[in-house]
Amino acid sequence: MKKVALFIPCFVDQLAPEAGLDVARVLRRIGYDSEFPEAQTCCGQPAFNTGYWQDAKPLAERFVRIFRKAEAVVCPSGSCTTMVRNFYPELLAGTALCEEARLLGQRVFEFSEFLVNVAQVTDVGAVFPNRVAIHDSCHGLRELHLKQEPRELLRHVRGLELVDLPFSEDCCGFGGTFAVKFNMISAAMGDTKAGNAEASGAEFLTSTDPSCLLHIDGVLRRRKSKVRTIYLASILAQTEEPARTRQPGNSR
Amino acid sequence: MTTPASEFLRNAAEKSADLVHRQIIRRAIDHYNQAVERRRARFLDWEEARRQCQDIKREAVNHLDRYLLEFEQRVRERGGQVFWAETSEDARQYITDLAVRRGVRTIVKSKSMVTEEIHLTPALEKLGMRVYETDLGEFIVQLRNEPPYHIVTPAMHLTRVQIASLFKEKLGDVNSDDPQYLVGVARRELRRAFFSAEMGITGANFLVADPGMIAITTNEGNARLCTALPRIHVAVAGIEKIISRLDDLALLWPVLATSGTGQPITCYNTLIGGPRKPGEVDGPEEFHVVLLDNGRSELLADAEQREVLHCIRCGACLNACPVFRTVGGHTYGTTYQGPIGGVLTPHLRGLDEFQHLSYASSLCGACTDVCPVKIDLHHHLLHNRRNAVSAAKRPWVERAAFKLWRWSMLNSGRYALLGWFGRKAMRMVHAVKIEGTPLDPLRPWTKYHALPRVPSNSFRAMWRKNRGAS
Repeated sequence: MKKVALFIPCFVDQLAPEAGLDVARVLRRIGYDSEFPEAQTCCGQPAFNTGYWQDAKPLAERFVRIFRKAEAVVCPSGSCTTMVRNFYPELLAGTALCEEARLLGQRVFEFSEFLVNVAQVTDVGAVFPNRVAIHDSCHGLRELHLKQEPRELLRHVRGLELVDLPFSEDCCGFGGTFAVKFNMISAAMGDTKAGNAEASGAEFLTSTDPSCLLHIDGVLRRRKSKVRTIYLASILAQTEEPARTRQPGNSR
Repeated sequence: MTTPASEFLRNAAEKSADLVHRQIIRRAIDHYNQAVERRRARFLDWEEARRQCQDIKREAVNHLDRYLLEFEQRVRERGGQVFWAETSEDARQYITDLAVRRGVRTIVKSKSMVTEEIHLTPALEKLGMRVYETDLGEFIVQLRNEPPYHIVTPAMHLTRVQIASLFKEKLGDVNSDDPQYLVGVARRELRRAFFSAEMGITGANFLVADPGMIAITTNEGNARLCTALPRIHVAVAGIEKIISRLDDLALLWPVLATSGTGQPITCYNTLIGGPRKPGEVDGPEEFHVVLLDNGRSELLADAEQREVLHCIRCGACLNACPVFRTVGGHTYGTTYQGPIGGVLTPHLRGLDEFQHLSYASSLCGACTDVCPVKIDLHHHLLHNRRNAVSAAKRPWVERAAFKLWRWSMLNSGRYALLGWFGRKAMRMVHAVKIEGTPLDPLRPWTKYHALPRVPSNSFRAMWRKNRGAS
């Protein structure tokens, strides 16, 4: 079996562990063994995006040291992948680790990107007989240029009906600390997204980023909406085996 | 105490909850998007057009000193006046002095954001002069005593029903909300102003160095009347409006029209190089160009953000911005709204009071995608944030919190403990049923969101227990 390292973002680790486990499950099914370097914590994005580059820097350096040996790193978040690939070189500019960070960034892949562009697998043998819409998460879409990858994967899922989400490329309003500092704006944007999800006729809304889904899910449930969110890997992890119908992280 | 930041938060809260407003803006921008998409498709290669516009502006801005002097010389040769205004006050003073000296009583203005930036109209009105905005949208917001809602579409937030009742209230004898009819009402009103005005004030979309001319673009032809009928024409422009050659307009005009309004080319494109010459039948007796710096030189000196000066004020980033669409143009409380406002305003009016605009973005990048001169807008918002932190302009609580956060994240044991505590707190809030109430310490989140379903274990704990888990 080929090996990959898992980069599990802090919020996935703490709030959506099933999303991470489902990534490992799907990877194993297509012939990749995952290892999880336990020293990892957070990539530093919250500090970086809030302007605290000096506080984000040691975390970036730490990340590079932890993952420097990995041949390929898979991450269940377009946003955290962006942090490493697109922003580490700028953040670490002028430091000893800058070049190494840049090279590492080329080996860090968002999950759907890894499956379709690196492993070159689009059919992972999943079964999910539901109507699903895709929200194009901003970092995946605009920083990593991922648009077709998740769609390719979902098109090969048995029983899945892919429906169009109106304004699928509009931001859901999460934006990290933005969602707390400007929660009224963030929530209104989330509400617009939720309304579009409902109008799409989808039963499930999925995305390449569990962080967007965490936000949208909170808004949907506050609206008492019927639409549920599910991370991409959690759809792909479902097979015909009966034990596979859980939702990510449904225990309190 | 009210500050620009507290005002922003207050107005943002109000507008975010205003579904009617959101719907009006959505409809206007949908209409715009369809038009823009059609027009972009007519370009052989839109991306290449953007790259060339970026090159044109970069070249011009990098040689600003040379091109501005060239522009000035040519304008002077034709008998025009050029005034270099370092600050808003300088610009205002020059224009008000001129108006007073020439005994001006009535002024017609065509749409210009830079005159908003220098607060020109109130200064002229204070001297007892009548100032008429002659762009239809600007005319409407002026009647409402409001600043423009949007740099290109000043009355985007109003429906024609609202405009009809506004006209009825202010102009009398209005009995239809048919757009054509309403335009007729405004035209009748403005015609009188055009013929009585002694001074016309315009902006400039471009300052073309090589021929020494200003280029003005409008859809209503009002700028032509402003520059042809009154005795005096004053054009005000930021120094970054310079481009080197007339040929550049062959690309910039259609690109501006496409990004601004989804038109192949704007209806009226005028080039003006000086006052009326002997033997000419029309044109003003005096032609003045006010070149405004107002912080732009400092931006020019900032290698990282210099490209912000490439902006051609098309407004595309506002239309693309989901925050703008949610809070609306007036919430910003600035001349330039949306992403370009968030990037530019801290440079023009100080990081101290306007840094919040750089934070009021989810950094989604939709603005950068549509910018016709490829300004990396959302990354500049990030740079402004970094600058705010390094200039120690952030609240101490936030600074301390990030220090603590960093200390926690630098060790996986401390991190795991923090995570455990966080999940515990979320479960507790849920269990004691204070979720979303004022007692809830997580209220910034739970005010608008249901709490996430909190797992009892973290990924790392589950991984350790059951390696590979499949």
